[in-house]
Amino acid sequence: MTEKVKQGPEINVIRITDNAIDQFHAKREELIPILMEINQKIGYIPREAMKEISSRMRIPQSQLYSVASFYHMFFTKKTGSHVIKFCESAPCHVAGGREVWESIQEQLRIGPDETSPDEKWTLISTSCLGVCAVGPVMMVDDDIYGNLTPDQIPDILAKYE
Amino acid sequence: MAYFRSHVLVCNDPECLGKGSMEIMAALEAELKKQGLNNEVEVLDTPRIGSCENGPEILVYPEGHHYLHLQKNDIPYLVEEQFLKGRAVEELLAKPKTDAAQELREPTEKEVRVVLRNCGEINPENIEDYIAADGYAALAKVISETKPDQVIENIKNSGLRGRGGAGFPTWLKWSLTRKAEGSKKFVVCNADEGDPGAFMNRSVLEGDPHSVVEGMTIAAYAIGASQGYIYCRAEYPIAVRTVNIAIDQARELGLLGKHIFGTDFTFDLEVRQGAGAFVCGEETALIASIEGKRGEPRPRPPFPAAEGVFGYPTNINNVETYANVPQILLKGPEWFASMGTEKSKGTKTFALAGDVKNTGLIEVPFGITLREIIYDVGGGIKNDRPFKAVQTGGPMGGCLPENYLDLPVDYEKLTEAGSIMGSGGMVVMDDETCMVDIARFFMEFIQDESCGKCVPCRVGTRRMLEILTRICDGEGRDGDIELLESLSDEIREDSLCGLGKGAPNPVVITLNHFRHEYEVHIYNKECPAKVCRALINYEINPANCVGCTLCAKNCPVDAISGERKQTHVIDPDICIRCGICKQVCNFDAVVVK
Amino acid sequence: MNAIKSLEDLKKIREQALEKRKLKETSGAAQVIVGMGTCGIAAGARETMKAILDYIEKNNIENVIVTQTGCIGLCEQEPIVQVAIGETEKITYGKVIGEVAEKIVAEHVVNGNVVKDFIIAA
Repeated sequence: MTEKVKQGPEINVIRITDNAIDQFHAKREELIPILMEINQKIGYIPREAMKEISSRMRIPQSQLYSVASFYHMFFTKKTGSHVIKFCESAPCHVAGGREVWESIQEQLRIGPDETSPDEKWTLISTSCLGVCAVGPVMMVDDDIYGNLTPDQIPDILAKYE
Repeated sequence: MAYFRSHVLVCNDPECLGKGSMEIMAALEAELKKQGLNNEVEVLDTPRIGSCENGPEILVYPEGHHYLHLQKNDIPYLVEEQFLKGRAVEELLAKPKTDAAQELREPTEKEVRVVLRNCGEINPENIEDYIAADGYAALAKVISETKPDQVIENIKNSGLRGRGGAGFPTWLKWSLTRKAEGSKKFVVCNADEGDPGAFMNRSVLEGDPHSVVEGMTIAAYAIGASQGYIYCRAEYPIAVRTVNIAIDQARELGLLGKHIFGTDFTFDLEVRQGAGAFVCGEETALIASIEGKRGEPRPRPPFPAAEGVFGYPTNINNVETYANVPQILLKGPEWFASMGTEKSKGTKTFALAGDVKNTGLIEVPFGITLREIIYDVGGGIKNDRPFKAVQTGGPMGGCLPENYLDLPVDYEKLTEAGSIMGSGGMVVMDDETCMVDIARFFMEFIQDESCGKCVPCRVGTRRMLEILTRICDGEGRDGDIELLESLSDEIREDSLCGLGKGAPNPVVITLNHFRHEYEVHIYNKECPAKVCRALINYEINPANCVGCTLCAKNCPVDAISGERKQTHVIDPDICIRCGICKQVCNFDAVVVK
Repeated sequence: MNAIKSLEDLKKIREQALEKRKLKETSGAAQVIVGMGTCGIAAGARETMKAILDYIEKNNIENVIVTQTGCIGLCEQEPIVQVAIGETEKITYGKVIGEVAEKIVAEHVVNGNVVKDFIIAA
């Protein structure tokens, strides 16, 4: 899985974008894999990335933005160092998801689609992750946690710097 | 811990108990003691070994001997032979000798594993394991002996219908794509399993990816396609990884690529990831996504069979549909058609989730009833609470109440009942579920996932969600139900794609079967299931309260007051109905009204 | 493995694979199979796998093969570990977390005693 580049002024958005385009070849049908690569490396798809794609692949920026904003997994705004995706679908809800969801928000003091002031956490709700039998479920970055109860949340969050 | 050289597992399932398994267990223990073996052989009782109709039954480890139809007077001889002389007692052994792993894995005989046959049995990252289990033998047979038209004919005779939800006859789709004109053709696998509660496809892709690769290759041969895509949702990173490994290994062995099995047939596969859009499970939206565009559906005709990926004829099938193909061609269409009902042949995987004891994946032949699935295979409701409803078909399906429990499951019967088969997600709900809340929940999901292209879906579902939210918040109005019904009609008729057309289903069917619950929310401002926060009150029962102050200490908003050893009181104006007080109370003093 | 050019080649690989499996069984080696489908991982299967491998290494246990498999469908019982010793039947354990994994290796794999509390016999 693509490793996220550490946040900091040294991120070279243009270089990451160019590498992504080269990796998948500059064809229209490869747009989504290219955006996915950038999203995973940087944590979101910055404006400069879209400008670069537009220039190299000759696609209007409006079209790029329309694709990037359509898919839930693409972020067009900066996210925290760690992204928590909590499953808000029916089976997890029925298995006690509501209490866990509230507990996470309480712990982090942020609501859905918000990033914490110290830019460490972004919290979003996601649709079904496909592990319903061990619900409630959440993902922190690429790690998946199941059979959640509210009291497990502090320990799980403490694992991440 | 004492070292036991042998263990005897005695089935104590109700059926075996009824046949006298306790007496058998007692007789075993007595006889072992008599022979001085009770420190060497341990006797344990266990739930369901699997052949209770042949009970009482026992399993002896480490030998794995499975004895059936035991009677008390069998025991002395059995102990002597098995444990003193180390010999099995042939006459009492189960015949044919069954694989205990299979018995342990299949909870009841009601399950038949076709699509899931290798899941949990093989290492999915090792193609040799798949080949050892007859993998790619169907492909070899088809390429060397069967003409493409005959392959389609075989699929027709099997009765295989698309497993993605619509149940369209698979042979017809293949035939239409085969006959369509185009300089090249594509085969696509829809692995964008977005239905909440459905994870059958994920399990197959993670547990037996080659069955899908082989199925797609056979389809490509029958249709005349040279390129394929597996469109897998990005929420399944492990499945994506496992399938990519499988494709690489198949390519290495020449099972994908040019000149497969030394013939002119060429076919290669690529994995494409989704990016988090439920609507991309709809086939035209999926195609748009493969092409690098917004996943917006388009009107059909033209159907993908005529104009699909990049405008070329494309066959799109679900993961499970492809996974069935190799076995149908290896074992013959009659074998497949011998299972199921008249119009729904074969087996179906279901993902049981929600308030059921054995959540997980099952595969059963069509025709089995909902009751059998939920109670026999699923083990019944968690904590033995009363059953309220079962949702089939995902967010565009319906919740069926108790009087439908004896409905045999197949495509036609579920549609008649007002629900749909969908991809196979089944969410079981107990009496602590509010049906209005559930309808609102699904509508929220649909609203979030609506692509926005057409007004009836984009705006209509939003209005419906507003009404449902008001009702759950205690602000339901007279006329709301009628409004929901008329909106549902319009949205169903005028939406562009299946997502829009199916969006009102949960509301329609809950109104049908649980109308009373809606009315109580609107007119009485009550939630019978005690779920909707705005309609419930937490109160302290003075009879049980001992004044331990635990609730007051834990209340996040300081809504509880009271002196030590005095009855405490909750202020309903401050209370946020979080339920923490009820959780921490050791005296059952907090009640929800 | 060489590319498969014919039905015969496929058959040969199949036979070789079955031979290998038989060898594993008759050698008396223990096989420990950990369910590593996403549901397993969500329930902690990675930690279970690590616990098993660590225990084997720390105690120098020989003649054990540890492999993985996908979702077997009993998601409720994850993490799931299956143990097969030599030619004996496989036993499936459920809810194998942390110390339970070590217990299973110590008692079942090494000493041949099944750990009854965690068997899923259903």
